[in-house]
Amino acid sequence: MRWLWIDKFLEFKSGQFAKAVKTVSMAEEQLRDHFPGYPVMPNSLIIEGMAQTGGILVGEAKDFENMVVLAKLSRVDFFDAALPGDQLTYEANLTELRIEGAAVEAKAFVNGRPLATAEIVFGHVDRSSGSEAQHIRYTSYRQELMHLLGVPERKELNPSGSSPSTSSD
Amino acid sequence: MATVARDQIFDKVQNTLVDALGVDAEEVSGESTLTGDLGAESIDFLDIVFRLEKNFGIKIPRGDLFPENVLSDPQFVSGGKVTERGLVELRQKMPWANFDRISENPNVQDLFTVDMIVNYVESKLGSNN
Repeated sequence: MRWLWIDKFLEFKSGQFAKAVKTVSMAEEQLRDHFPGYPVMPNSLIIEGMAQTGGILVGEAKDFENMVVLAKLSRVDFFDAALPGDQLTYEANLTELRIEGAAVEAKAFVNGRPLATAEIVFGHVDRSSGSEAQHIRYTSYRQELMHLLGVPERKELNPSGSSPSTSSD
Repeated sequence: MATVARDQIFDKVQNTLVDALGVDAEEVSGESTLTGDLGAESIDFLDIVFRLEKNFGIKIPRGDLFPENVLSDPQFVSGGKVTERGLVELRQKMPWANFDRISENPNVQDLFTVDMIVNYVESKLGSNN
């Protein structure tokens, strides 16, 4: 399974706002154990979906100059649950963006109803730090996300090319 | 810009820290240390900066309120304590801060206090940013 918890962007306003969609499928591995006989989309993965929506918004705003890492969930509130067949939409508003990091306010909806809100802080890691392997993984992961999710790339991120590496298990 | 009373600044700083660190308002006094008493970690300092900028309408340049470049420099911090040179550097970079209380035992954990933030905001508002 690949570590992608959004299926597609519905809206993308560079440096401002992103809206993504994710459909919860009964075929997904996490629903086998969460919970046996009563599959519920784990809240942690809903947070990950909000963070991926916001993280790509943050990274794209600066042409992916930095590696963007989820650093802190200042606050998260859940109001409902998501079940197989439900459609999740994630909205992220960029509230802060500076050299050290960024913050977004995110909302999740299930079939259009409020599901969760989150305040998320991202850290920026300079691409000149870290190993070459980390850069390649990061770059190919982001490239693949941008490509799969239909967000137009503003420039070539890794001209030398590399094989995508996003497998998690 | 009209002068904002210090207790008003403190109240806003207190609310900022309650939101950023998930602590109770009663835990936040002027003498509270951000790391030692309130449990702030490195990323929290960025979150606090974001919130202070928003709540007070000020701009806080990188490293101005929390000079992380000093704290990551081994000549200024060693074994979890600020060195003599580090204290000199911090006093120069943070003229609004009072380091007298820790000069005897300068643990990095005790470096930043709530009062220090209040002093900083007061200086920013007083100088019209």
